[in-house]
Amino acid sequence: MQPITVLDTQGVALAAANVDTDQLIPARFMKEPRSVGYGQFLLYDVRHDAKGTPDPAFILHRSGANDAEVMVSRRNFGAGSSREAAVYALVDFGFRCVIAPSFGDIFASNAVNNGMLPAVVEEEDAERLLAALGDEPAPIRVDLEAQRIRVAEVEVSFSVSPVWRTKLLNGWDDIDLTRQHADTITRFAADYAQTFPWAAPRPQAFDLIGKG
Amino acid sequence: MSTPTTLFDKVWRAHEIHRGESGQSLLWIDRHFVHEGSFHAFNKLAERELPVARPDLTFGIADHYVPTLARRLDGVADPKVRSMIEQLSSNTKRHDITLFGLDDPRQGIVHVMGPEQGLTQPGLIMVCGDSHTATHGAFGSIAFGIGASEVAHVLATQTLWQSRPKVMRITLEGTLAPGVTAKDIALTWISRLGADGARGYAIEYAGEAIRALSMEARLTLCNLSIEGGGRCGMIAPDQTTFEYLKGRPYSPKGEAFEQACAYWSTLYSDQGATFDLDVTINAADIAPTVTWGVSPEEALPIDQHVPVPDDATDLAKARQIRASLDYMGLKAGQKLTDIAIDRVFIGSCTNARIEDLRAAAAILNGRKSRVPGVVSPGSTQVKAQAEAEGLDRIFVDAGLEWRHSGCSMCVGMNGDTVPSGERCASTTNRNFKGRQGPGARTHLMSPAMVAAAAVSGHLADIRTLSLASAQSPRSEGAPSCSR
Ligand code: SF4
Repeated sequence: MQPITVLDTQGVALAAANVDTDQLIPARFMKEPRSVGYGQFLLYDVRHDAKGTPDPAFILHRSGANDAEVMVSRRNFGAGSSREAAVYALVDFGFRCVIAPSFGDIFASNAVNNGMLPAVVEEEDAERLLAALGDEPAPIRVDLEAQRIRVAEVEVSFSVSPVWRTKLLNGWDDIDLTRQHADTITRFAADYAQTFPWAAPRPQAFDLIGKG
Repeated sequence: MSTPTTLFDKVWRAHEIHRGESGQSLLWIDRHFVHEGSFHAFNKLAERELPVARPDLTFGIADHYVPTLARRLDGVADPKVRSMIEQLSSNTKRHDITLFGLDDPRQGIVHVMGPEQGLTQPGLIMVCGDSHTATHGAFGSIAFGIGASEVAHVLATQTLWQSRPKVMRITLEGTLAPGVTAKDIALTWISRLGADGARGYAIEYAGEAIRALSMEARLTLCNLSIEGGGRCGMIAPDQTTFEYLKGRPYSPKGEAFEQACAYWSTLYSDQGATFDLDVTINAADIAPTVTWGVSPEEALPIDQHVPVPDDATDLAKARQIRASLDYMGLKAGQKLTDIAIDRVFIGSCTNARIEDLRAAAAILNGRKSRVPGVVSPGSTQVKAQAEAEGLDRIFVDAGLEWRHSGCSMCVGMNGDTVPSGERCASTTNRNFKGRQGPGARTHLMSPAMVAAAAVSGHLADIRTLSLASAQSPRSEGAPSCSR
């Protein structure tokens, strides 16, 4: 995964609370293989009318939005469904960071697992960033090392879990990390099976024998 | 044990393989459910040419995309939908994973099927690429939803890295009034604390009103933990739990059951265990509740009025209310019981278990629904049980469609959707914009309340519709865990 250090890029303001993952990508698009590019599905029903005509006023259709790598939004971003496709839609559109006062838990881990930074800011700071960005894509700087965000004159700090910060800074992948612990896992699994012998399910044929 | 420990910590600690310097824990996973949407994860595995570490702890379930009109794959018109179901079959087959497929008599929505088959047990850590995995916590397990990258990680290693969440306790004191259900408990606490009120927390539900809930009702309550932002929801196992588990296909048998039961009986929060947050709710204060907006936190007791944006305490709230009313096509200040509906849906992993169907049928019995609607049982076994009890006749005679089991109109992935602009009274879990289809307007409520809305043609107060009580009966019986 591509590491993130500093993003010096365009930012867009999505001034809404509770932008859930059903809005980020409507369920009907999730049958598609990733190779088609999920960016086209991002916020589909929000930025198109019922006939599929794009709303030219919507921020993602403004000129320069295609270069945007940072989105700023309001509280509870990415709540709801665990669909990682919501992150694919953002990432494939080109986003590498979302800034909001709070995130759905699963969304935030999905983001990190795809190299996208979920940056948590104070509610007032989110409002200041939204105001500074305005209705058009505008320059924004996100510094993961320093945990600072700047839009024009507005500069705020953000929080991110230290584990996630390290992962993102290095572009690390969990599976590689875990496989280094293979021996510990094997030992644990053996002990666990001894302590909790009933915990592993038996095939159903066993049930017939087991019933007395 | 010297320091008093929470239920959550007891289960967490038993699964901690390793704690990283950063404080993240590598956890052992007892159960992993995969469904059609897991194809991304299987593809990731294929890219790396990795095998599934523990196929015996992994179970495949066809539920999200399955047709509800028939059980045949060749009847699925949309080739992309069909391919989703086929990919699950081929991926599970390739990796030697047990599949509860489309035509399996045990098929059902993953969170209904797991408990039904006895795969869900106290003290386990269970995951699935579905946010409502919290459901399984009703048995005193830690169960939570994960994304596709994490699904791939669990497939490859049977473990998962997690930061320990904070733990909160929601205590329900006293007893619920007639007509008030687990759904109403959930909508009430979520409307009070907010849709992100439990973000970063594992929730333990406790108190007299929780103890009195049946297993089915507990599953409904834990299912909705995620709608308040909770990482998971748990209830300490007790006799209700043990009785439910005894004799289930995958439950431990004989001596193993006694052994398991002895351990399960130690799974509760010790006296004096500390919680990061304690919330107490008086069960008697809870009324039948419905949502009026586009977030589960936008819920109110049925005898109230739709909020007025200008009455809101702050600007952000007023803005949110205005946007929700606009999407929902409602007037500020309108009586909730004046909201006319276009259709109903009874289904989903939240409220389509046998008790839910009984509660709805009790209201519909001998009555006609004024609007069209669909009933999709939570599992194929629930369907068979309901048919054995004659509930299907009641639904059909009332004018509703009796379908096969699947996620159906909860998420609309199989094509069962609410037409744009239409208003649906629904037993599901999410009233998000477009959740039941583009432009669909969803009001969440309990099965009995959906039935009451169906026979009234508008949102209705179950308490003013006399007749059968909508409450779930509690299963009584001799203790099955001899200790
Ligand atoms: S019924 Fe709805 S919430 Fe439950 S598993 Fe299916 S899609 Fe998810």
